Amino acid sequence: MSILNLDHLATNPLLPEVQEAMIEAIKKNYGNPSSQHQLGDEAAAALQQARERVAGLINSPVPKEVVFTSSGTESVNHAVKGVAFANAEKGKHIVTSNIEHNAILRTLRALKMMDYKVTSVPVDEYGLINPSDVADAIRDDTILVTIMHSNNEIGTIQPIEEIGQITQEKKVIFHCDAVDSVGVVPIDVQKLGVNLLSFAANQFYGPSGVGGLYIRRGTRIWPLLDGGVQENNKRAGTENLIGIIGMGVAAELASQEMEFRIQHARKLKQTLTEGLQNRIEGILINGHPELSLPNLVSVSVQYIEGEGIVLMLDEENIAVSTRSACAAGALQASHVLLSIGRDFADAQGTLVITFGRDTTEADIERFLEVLEEVVQTLRNMSPLYVKAMQEQAEGIALS
Amino acid sequence: MYSETVMDHFKNPRNVGEMKDPDGVGEVGNPICGDMMSIYIKVKDDSIDDISFLTFGCGAAIAVSSILTEMAKGKTIDEAQKITNKSVAAALEGLPKNKLHCSNLGADALQMAIRNYLDKKAGIVREEPKRSDKHEHHHGDACYCPYCDVEAVEDSPVCVNCGREMDEAH
Repeated sequence: MSILNLDHLATNPLLPEVQEAMIEAIKKNYGNPSSQHQLGDEAAAALQQARERVAGLINSPVPKEVVFTSSGTESVNHAVKGVAFANAEKGKHIVTSNIEHNAILRTLRALKMMDYKVTSVPVDEYGLINPSDVADAIRDDTILVTIMHSNNEIGTIQPIEEIGQITQEKKVIFHCDAVDSVGVVPIDVQKLGVNLLSFAANQFYGPSGVGGLYIRRGTRIWPLLDGGVQENNKRAGTENLIGIIGMGVAAELASQEMEFRIQHARKLKQTLTEGLQNRIEGILINGHPELSLPNLVSVSVQYIEGEGIVLMLDEENIAVSTRSACAAGALQASHVLLSIGRDFADAQGTLVITFGRDTTEADIERFLEVLEEVVQTLRNMSPLYVKAMQEQAEGIALS
Repeated sequence: MYSETVMDHFKNPRNVGEMKDPDGVGEVGNPICGDMMSIYIKVKDDSIDDISFLTFGCGAAIAVSSILTEMAKGKTIDEAQKITNKSVAAALEGLPKNKLHCSNLGADALQMAIRNYLDKKAGIVREEPKRSDKHEHHHGDACYCPYCDVEAVEDSPVCVNCGREMDEAH
């Protein structure tokens, strides 16, 4: 039986068109885009075409502003460290939020060891940042604001445009980690008012191992990798041309299919959310009800732990992700779930369900059916559930 | 990630459920650290006649509880007191390293249940062996800040790395 992938955030298949383009590129044996001879010319043209396609996806007016990297993680590291190092004389203060991805958190942790100071703004129960908190956090020595576009655990989409207006007024460089948004929802770097924006190809059916960083002209930033003059001197190292070509095709398809993919995902999200609420008691849907990714549902199943759910679903050939501390291997509850006010036990039982363009209503139905059984099996073993049921029975008996 | 024995016990857990009128109860862990286990025993002729468990936790935690009940059932109190977290992990053909921290608490819960039984028999009234909400270091391993993954300093109210308040979170 084939595996039902409801973990698209982790694993997106390559689209057939992307596969074909990449295989074609391998067979073509491209030269080095930096070469001055004919072998290089052809490669440079293919690189340029991919850059234009990717620029189109984020509505960057100048394709040169797109820099290809190895991953979303590299893009984020480049943006944050590059700005921090290039602007250290101006100041060493950075503003961020409490629910950023580890790529941001750990980059900032490294910078803190180099005497950079970080102010982290809170989020509300839906995971939303209040732009005025960002404005208040900006000081004279603030050199960078870095806020994610959408959250990878709860899907909430931040008011980036409003924050962009604030950073433009205050003349502070603004980086947006849009790894989970680019290719999924419309992103317009001009409208958002960002200086820097990170994204990755594997989030929109492109290959893993390729990412992008939008760098608006005039942004003061250092390269992360020093060396040759590739990527307009912004990212040294011979380009991963085959991956980049794949990313270009995936970007073009994402632009074309965006509206269809969003409508399709929204319907599935509604079916899934309603199904969860109707079938299983004691669940909490995380994230903002409207301002959130259409392809992601985050649910905390009370009284049980997520890894057990994932393993049991895997036995039924269904792949989902959990934000349980046990499964993460780090033995820590998710900082995102704690930040939106979930307690430790509820955070432990949290599943992140992400679907794609090929997911069907029948897939969601099957998932709901299996999940209902799995949840009950695990709850029957749980001391928290048994206790809660006893208290409920006593409450009924008393009244 | 898990051994076949772990998966077997996780998928087909033995002796699940709360016990009515148990002779001894042991409860360990808390959701902050990840796992909670309750072990119930019935004792007859100085042997563990019946045993059951309830567990909130990952696959490893459930497998630990399940195999523990099999290991203890029918044993004399003396023999059962020799069961350790280490012998439980060995019976499961090993556990992933990061699971030894929180999930492998079964033997602690069993020993607590036995102590509870012996206390009752001797007429010693201790405070109910209820699960403490405070974090207890049963396992002797380090704990980590829940917000960043840096090792927490014992008794420190804030994380030395990220500066956030931890209460009893670590």
